[in-house]
Amino acid sequence: MTSTDTGTRSSRARKSGWLQAYGVYLAVVVLLAFNLLFTANFLSGANFRTQLLQAAPVCIVALGMALVIGTEGVDLSVGAVMALSAALIPLYLGYGVFLSILMALAAGLVAGLFNGFLVAYIGIQPIVATLALLVGGRGLALVIAEGRLVEVRNPEFLALGNDDLFGIPVSVLVAAVLSVVVGLLVRRTTFGRRLVAIGGNRSASTLAGLPVKPVLLGVYALCGVFAAVAGVLATARLGASDPADTGMLMELSAITAVVVGGTPLTGGRVRVLGTVMGAVLMQLVHATLIKHDLPDSTAQMVQAAIIVVAVYAARERSSR
Amino acid sequence: MDSNSVLEVIGVSKEFGGIKALDDVTFALRAGEVHGLVGENGAGKSTLIKVLTGVYQPDGGELRQLGEPVAFGTPVQAQAAGISTIYQEVNLVPLLTIAGNVFLGREPRTRFGLIDRPRMNAMAADLLAGYGITGDVRRPLGSLGVGAQQMVALARAVSVDARVVIMDEPTSSLEPREVETLLAVIGRLKAQGIAVVYVSHRMDELYRICDRVTVLRDGKLVHTGDLAGLDRIELVSLMLGRDISDIRAHGATSFGEDSHAEKEPLLRAENLSSPHRLSEVSVTIRPGEVVGLAGLLGSGRSETARAIIGALPLSGGTVLLGGKPVRAGNIASAMRAGISMLAEDRKADGIIPNLSVRENIVLAALPRLSRFGVVSRSKQDKIVDTFVKRLRIKASSPDQKVAELSGGNQQKVLLARWLCMEPRILLLDEPTRGIDVGAKAEVQALIDELAADGLGVLLISSEMEELIDGADRVVVLREGAVVGELAGDQVTEGNVLAAIAAVGERNSDD
Repeated sequence: MTSTDTGTRSSRARKSGWLQAYGVYLAVVVLLAFNLLFTANFLSGANFRTQLLQAAPVCIVALGMALVIGTEGVDLSVGAVMALSAALIPLYLGYGVFLSILMALAAGLVAGLFNGFLVAYIGIQPIVATLALLVGGRGLALVIAEGRLVEVRNPEFLALGNDDLFGIPVSVLVAAVLSVVVGLLVRRTTFGRRLVAIGGNRSASTLAGLPVKPVLLGVYALCGVFAAVAGVLATARLGASDPADTGMLMELSAITAVVVGGTPLTGGRVRVLGTVMGAVLMQLVHATLIKHDLPDSTAQMVQAAIIVVAVYAARERSSR
Repeated sequence: MDSNSVLEVIGVSKEFGGIKALDDVTFALRAGEVHGLVGENGAGKSTLIKVLTGVYQPDGGELRQLGEPVAFGTPVQAQAAGISTIYQEVNLVPLLTIAGNVFLGREPRTRFGLIDRPRMNAMAADLLAGYGITGDVRRPLGSLGVGAQQMVALARAVSVDARVVIMDEPTSSLEPREVETLLAVIGRLKAQGIAVVYVSHRMDELYRICDRVTVLRDGKLVHTGDLAGLDRIELVSLMLGRDISDIRAHGATSFGEDSHAEKEPLLRAENLSSPHRLSEVSVTIRPGEVVGLAGLLGSGRSETARAIIGALPLSGGTVLLGGKPVRAGNIASAMRAGISMLAEDRKADGIIPNLSVRENIVLAALPRLSRFGVVSRSKQDKIVDTFVKRLRIKASSPDQKVAELSGGNQQKVLLARWLCMEPRILLLDEPTRGIDVGAKAEVQALIDELAADGLGVLLISSEMEELIDGADRVVVLREGAVVGELAGDQVTEGNVLAAIAAVGERNSDD
């Protein structure tokens, strides 16, 4: 009696679990198929290049976000951190491309450490702790840039946004490398395993002697650095430092990509490939609707619908 | 059946997923009495309270109020019928004012339908003065101590025209002085003809204020009657399900000579203290020795284990392992020193449900299995393989999610997690709770085996038999303090029960 009982229950759970975990791949395939059939000029190298270029920053931010969400947290400040990193670029570009990027990434690291400190050591809820920087970070970025958009003319720096390496746009390559790095980090390192365990059961992890606070600090720091990377790439692609607009609403896109990719908001699991696919899916949805002459507002509503479906699938699973 | 009952339940049953939480329980409450409700974990006390207060609907049996059948569909209906409950944790609104909490949902109104604050504050101040709470009632409730908050909860409960007041371990977080005030208030309620249900594990309190007592065990009614005719040891044996005559007849059964006495203690925990939880608890464990911790629920058993490993903030005391002090309040360094703890609550404090059997086993040992922060798969597999075989963990593969295993196998996974830390001291908090008979025997055999290998074991168990059979020495706790220690052939059920039930010398009242 018990065996059949648990058998049917787990098979149903497996089905909805499957939807949550792999639904994003299915959706990407379906959308690609739809576009191949019904969208003119979809199957062109130039188009794929554009799609990937646009998905890259979201993907990079979402990777950091996936780590944070894996610990049962959230980082609302990623968009503001992108703006901060964008604002710093023109200030240091005179000293060389390398230094200016380093400064931008350092700003991301400091921002991430600040968030992590508030969450891990002070014990503030992640949503509140990172909200502070969501508001304050962009403010600071605007102060640094004196509220202006600054054009960037350094050709080496602009190459990051527009040139190819081995036939692949640099920013796409960066996103791909970071995806692999995060994948290995989560699967193979003590840091990654601890991160997932802490998200899965904080109290048990504490009792197992895991360094819960340092791990949390590290996770938020990484997320901050990733957001800064995205800020650098966005600035290079735009050809201008625009702290007022760079990374606007990025936190929402990133959270969407993570959730749609099958990482539960309740923590304890990080799906790296799913997150990448989540970013690609949201970009594809957007592109598909635009190409079929539907306004941007419709695209937003469709995105909202996808989030609801993804969260619904997650709910089914956890209520097992 | 009881002519002067204000509230009674007759033959009530309640099932959760095939397990009977309440099995044909009958319970009657008379006006103006204080009725103790006692039992160990899982006895059905909370379920009974929830049936009385409309949180649960019984599957069978009926409720009667003043002789008339009633049904409480919701807690609100029960409250309207004059049944108030005060829970262990205060459930009021900390940010609202004290007065606002007392009158929450039934605030006095002005002619215009607005809240009449001056009147509300005056009424609240007046009411609370009777409970020993003076001062500004316009302050937020959260500014009061826990004890005072409890009083506010009580004042609120009684002021809603309560005829029955149910108190679930009301004194567990109170200072002795606050306990006195509470007991005095209960005396007044009694005088007003209000019936009080008093849930507590503190023998002294029960014997001070209760007129009658009802004992539940495993969802069944085992005893109900006047408390005066029942001595403490009888009450404790009813709660724990041990037959008193049996114990007396058996007497000493164990003749295991105390072969450990001459060895140097491996672990020496001295004067562990933590406010409200532990006062000056000292425990020593020698190599190869199994030391049992006995006591009722809330006596400080788990807290002692947690204090030793550093999971409970201490106000005093030291832990020495092999003569060297262990850094207080730091679990990681206690584990490095060689102490591991199997926590009581397997789900909340043990397994990481989403992760596989493998990852759950190696969780604490990760640094040892890694180089430059990268986990070595082969080292990991070797350890997992060893323990899956040694403990006979039944899983389809080490990749299976731990949440899919049976309780017994989950427990074995956790034991493997701690054993692969190669501890010198193992603290086991209820290692066989909620696992099947086969796994239980295996775990008990493993404990013996580990001790034979020279490990020091601290064994906490609510099962008297497990404790008596398993432990070389038993330390008895009551209300967070050591009240007795039994070694060798003194370790008998009779002696342990007697120590648990003995009149508290610390705050004896008669």
